Amino acid sequence: MSESSLISLAVTILLLPLVGFFIVLLFGKRFEHLYKLEVGIISVALLLSIYAGFVKLTSYVNDTIIAQFTWIDLGNVPTIGHLTVNLGIMIDNVTIIMLFVVTLISALVHYFSIAYMKGDIRFSRYFAYLGIFTFSMLGIVIADNLLMIYIFWELVGLSSYLLIGFWYEKKSASDAGMKAFLTNRIGDIGMFIGILILFTNYHTFSFTEIFNHISNGVVPFGSNGWLTAAGILVFMGAIGKSAQMPLHVWLPDAMEGPTPVSALIHAATMVAAGVYLVARIFAMLTADAMLVIAVVGAVTSIFAASIALTQNDIKKVLAYSTVSQLGYMVMALGVGAYTFAFFHLVTHAFFKGLLFLGSGSVIHSMHHEQDMRNMGGLKRKMPITYITFLIATLAISGIPFTSGFLSKDGLLAGTWAFGNLTGHYLIPIIGFTVALMTAFYMFRLVIMTFHGEPRNQHKYDHAHESPKLMTIPLIILASLSIFIFYTPNPVAPADGWFYNWVKAPQTVVPEEARFEFMKSESHEIEGTVNNDSHGGSGSGSATITHSEMYEHAMHAVHYPAMILSIILAGLGILFAFLMYHWKKIDADKLAEKLKPLYNLSYNKWYVDEIYSFLFIERLLDFSRFISWFDATIVDGIVNYSATFTRGVANITGWFDTYIVDGLVNFTAFVSGFVGLSFRKMQTGKVQTYIVYVVFSVIIILLVLRPF
Amino acid sequence: MVEVGLTHFLVVSAFLFAFGLYAIITRKNAILVLMGVELVLNAANINFVAFSRYSNYGLNGQLMALFVIVLAAAEAAIALAIVLNIYKTFGHVNVDEIDNLKE
Repeated sequence: MSESSLISLAVTILLLPLVGFFIVLLFGKRFEHLYKLEVGIISVALLLSIYAGFVKLTSYVNDTIIAQFTWIDLGNVPTIGHLTVNLGIMIDNVTIIMLFVVTLISALVHYFSIAYMKGDIRFSRYFAYLGIFTFSMLGIVIADNLLMIYIFWELVGLSSYLLIGFWYEKKSASDAGMKAFLTNRIGDIGMFIGILILFTNYHTFSFTEIFNHISNGVVPFGSNGWLTAAGILVFMGAIGKSAQMPLHVWLPDAMEGPTPVSALIHAATMVAAGVYLVARIFAMLTADAMLVIAVVGAVTSIFAASIALTQNDIKKVLAYSTVSQLGYMVMALGVGAYTFAFFHLVTHAFFKGLLFLGSGSVIHSMHHEQDMRNMGGLKRKMPITYITFLIATLAISGIPFTSGFLSKDGLLAGTWAFGNLTGHYLIPIIGFTVALMTAFYMFRLVIMTFHGEPRNQHKYDHAHESPKLMTIPLIILASLSIFIFYTPNPVAPADGWFYNWVKAPQTVVPEEARFEFMKSESHEIEGTVNNDSHGGSGSGSATITHSEMYEHAMHAVHYPAMILSIILAGLGILFAFLMYHWKKIDADKLAEKLKPLYNLSYNKWYVDEIYSFLFIERLLDFSRFISWFDATIVDGIVNYSATFTRGVANITGWFDTYIVDGLVNFTAFVSGFVGLSFRKMQTGKVQTYIVYVVFSVIIILLVLRPF
Repeated sequence: MVEVGLTHFLVVSAFLFAFGLYAIITRKNAILVLMGVELVLNAANINFVAFSRYSNYGLNGQLMALFVIVLAAAEAAIALAIVLNIYKTFGHVNVDEIDNLKE
């Protein structure tokens, strides 16, 4: 298979869901079963992407395939020269893996939804929306330039808005849709500015061309600071989409959408887009930008994990766990653990998709009950859901033999290595703390939902295992959460295919803007580095390049990190069982003791309230002021000028009535008066006239007398 | 004894004119008004003849007087015809009441 047919394959995969979207949207009302077409289309897309992945990874494993075309030809632009805007498609291993992940999760969500959404009044429209969502996400995945990413980025925003607010009759759902959209817009503004900084300097949107320019020493506006700024600004888009602090507020509210949608948004599509974007621009991130990204990710992960500890809504716990895990990935990218960040993105997509679909299964069987305090004991009623859910929980907690263990462990080792190399130890500390918290709150969820005695007997009696259409996707995802799909050796992710296929791109930023350990000049590596897996090449002094240095550091901490993370996960699980299963520790009493902390966590650190106070209320104040200004000043001026005009009109009116009309009337009156007096003379009697004549003649004679 | 001169004639003529005019103005009967007109005409005749007698224009004045007499006769005929029509229309010949010209 040639490279060009691989490109056309990718384009086909991209366009299939779009075709499905239009057909189902336009004809879905008339033909009730048209949703099957959309489901079929996404299945075909899944098969095609598996095939594409197979071709790419067997024939072109080390190639990056790019196809570009000129979208807009701006001609000869003064001071720039011939300027064209190119769009294109880039297929590398990351793309191909993402294609598979997105289409797989999307297809499973489609199947799941057939059962979950049964009887919904907008059933076929729902599938149309799923189609456009998948299309938008695939567009981001295969784009080779920032402009195309931005376009599809906004399409993802749109389709998330449609899906989150799918049950728009509910005020909270339509509000949540709007919140998601608007919050994302804030991040997108930064992203857009970042893209424009790059375009202004390089006159191209293409990643490879931008990276080439930077590696040739051309930095934006001649300053590394601008490069940092561009990186952070583009990262702002990821802050919005991947729900990082401080723009994470939309994600928990997005739980108002149908649960399969949550699975799609939070597992493989929307939130992954942000991480994917950072991975794409990874090569141009300066040390400062990476540090910012790492800190944002770390803060997000611990912050969200702390909230997840106390939530009672099953989907809210999962939502905050998603935010926390996304923080992990972003943090990993920030510390340079590119491979493991992406690895975690993939494994997280599967197990978080599974968790959400599992929770959807629970919610479905409990007749839309989401409060865990009303659940309990469900494992007897729903064995398949329970077992698959448990596997996903083990994976997210980082228990060995699961996919989550592999990626999380590598990721934590990456942060530790980063701490060792730069001295930023707070980041690994946060990372490990979050690992403990994650294990705790996930098992708290499992125990409250599936273990123990039913707390709501009535709902429990009606609960039942979900139909096959819902359980089969769960089983598929559960099997994908097991280590064997990624590596033959359950404790060494580096042995797996993932590690070989996805390599961190070589950084292109100027030397002085890199981390110390990333500089390309030779480093003396200290003999004290304890390296068991690297065959002793770390001992003694040797010269290595940056990536090797980072790899060395990672290998050095690989086993300690693994052991520590297992211990912490075990501790978290132990605490969860102590508190919620064996009830050795009274959760309520503990909450009472740590009242302030508990309240902070339970109320989500009051972030929504703070935003409401800081921004929304102030905006309303401003609006009220503007409204007052409008009503008082603007309207006042208008009214005043109206009054003034009326006054002037009154004066001219008076002038008209009395002066102009007066003159006219006076003239009329005078002529009338004269006429009246002359009329008296016109008696109609000839004799009178003769008298006049006589007198007149006498007068004339007197006047004209010659003397 | 005062010699009769031009002035005496003129005075007589003036008086005649005045009387004629007075009759025209004051009489109500249309016939009497016409008679006033005749007096005025005759005053004019006296003037013609007097001026002609006391100047050297030959018989021009007397000739003009003859014209006036003829004219007066024609005038009287037409005027009496008018008066007859007035009588037919109004049933009287009172000039005071014949004021249709007024408005």
